[in-house]
Amino acid sequence: MTMSKLLEINHCRKQFGSTEVLTDLSISVEEGQVLSIIGPSGSGKSTLLRCATLLETMDGGDLIYLGNYAARDVNGKAVYATQPELQKIRGMFGLVFQNFNLFPHYSVLKNVMEAPMLVQKRQEKEVREEALALLEQMGLSDKADAYPYQLSGGQQQRVSIARALAMNPKILFFDEPTSALDPELTGEILKVIRKLAEKKMTMVIVTHEMSFARDVSDWVVFMNGGVIVEQGDPRDVIDNPTQERTIQFLRRLQEK
Amino acid sequence: MTILTMITKMSEGLGRTCAIFFLTLLFALPLGLIVSLLRMSRNKVVSSIMKVYISVLRGTPLMLQLLAVTYGPYYLFGINVSREKLIPVVIAFSLNYAAYFAEIYRGGIESMSQGQYEAAEVLGYTKFQCFMRIILPQVIKRILPSVTNEIVTLVKDTSMAFTVAYQEMFTIGKQIANSQTSFMPFVIAGVFYFLFNAIVGWVMGRFEKKLSYYR
Repeated sequence: MTMSKLLEINHCRKQFGSTEVLTDLSISVEEGQVLSIIGPSGSGKSTLLRCATLLETMDGGDLIYLGNYAARDVNGKAVYATQPELQKIRGMFGLVFQNFNLFPHYSVLKNVMEAPMLVQKRQEKEVREEALALLEQMGLSDKADAYPYQLSGGQQQRVSIARALAMNPKILFFDEPTSALDPELTGEILKVIRKLAEKKMTMVIVTHEMSFARDVSDWVVFMNGGVIVEQGDPRDVIDNPTQERTIQFLRRLQEK
Repeated sequence: MTILTMITKMSEGLGRTCAIFFLTLLFALPLGLIVSLLRMSRNKVVSSIMKVYISVLRGTPLMLQLLAVTYGPYYLFGINVSREKLIPVVIAFSLNYAAYFAEIYRGGIESMSQGQYEAAEVLGYTKFQCFMRIILPQVIKRILPSVTNEIVTLVKDTSMAFTVAYQEMFTIGKQIANSQTSFMPFVIAGVFYFLFNAIVGWVMGRFEKKLSYYR
């Protein structure tokens, strides 16, 4: 079986002012892979995700989607591609935010339908069918005409997953998708992500849910202080960590 | 002069009062948006110019601005003041109200969460699409109460046009008051403004209600 690299980040560097947030960090994601990024807050996980989704620019390093360079390292400086090329690359990924960031003035259906029609210039009829199918898949068939404020946090997050999927991304990023939810609502989101994993959706998930990360992912990256401390099979990293910092972090999580 | 004659004469100026009102809104609302966007520009020169513009127009009386726009061209360039004063009056009002609207827009735009921009950006919306479809509609809902305030003030401020003797309702009323030594024209003017604002309040209320379908 040949696996192709969907996403490659090489030697990523990122500073905020004089604080180095990411230091020479490299990851790669293959098609169908589910990669979880864990680590304490302030470790740079979210910044890494924001760099990967072009919400933040790297100071140095390569960012490559399916062989397309969004940024290329030239003498230690990340040089970004032109806007049209970046726009094309944006079509390859989707991002699910911690705070959903649904558009409150749009109905659920319009939230899901607008970008495919506006950005990808697809036909309304076809987009509608696909959007309704996605909402059904998310268990939200009866909410198509509702507005975001009328939904629970878990339902809103499912809409935002549907919104991202409607663009048919090759890879989906999740930035702590359950952190803004009540504990009893996290389960429904994790279930949806699990289903996507079964369908071989390529995903990168920043999460604090350790047992979920262990179950769902093929690869776990533990970050601390802007570097990858440890990575590997989830059963190794989470159940038998070798690095002192990882052991400490996991123990502290268990104590909570 | 009977009260009815007074009302009739003053009503003849209502068309001009409405002209100031609607033309000012027509120009000041979009101009205010442009000013506020330039005011928030990352270009320091542009944003500084807009800051000065806003502070001068908010910091000096509308009455002075009316005089400056109407008679300034004569004193500066010797251009004769035209008899039709609607143009300078509307220019002065629009410039003045744009400054106030600009700050209202800015407050609304800055209150939007960064997440809305980011969600649109990741989905591939252009900056313009994001602003027109995602940001502006929500901003309008948020600033509507403040805009209503300004519009109510504008109704009453149209009376300032008397300083350049533009024959709108209040100017006529003032002339009648002087010639008849009567206070009645001011009472009538007060009633006119009150009714005008009752309509404004009703219309803006409808508008707010229309936008109350989401939170």
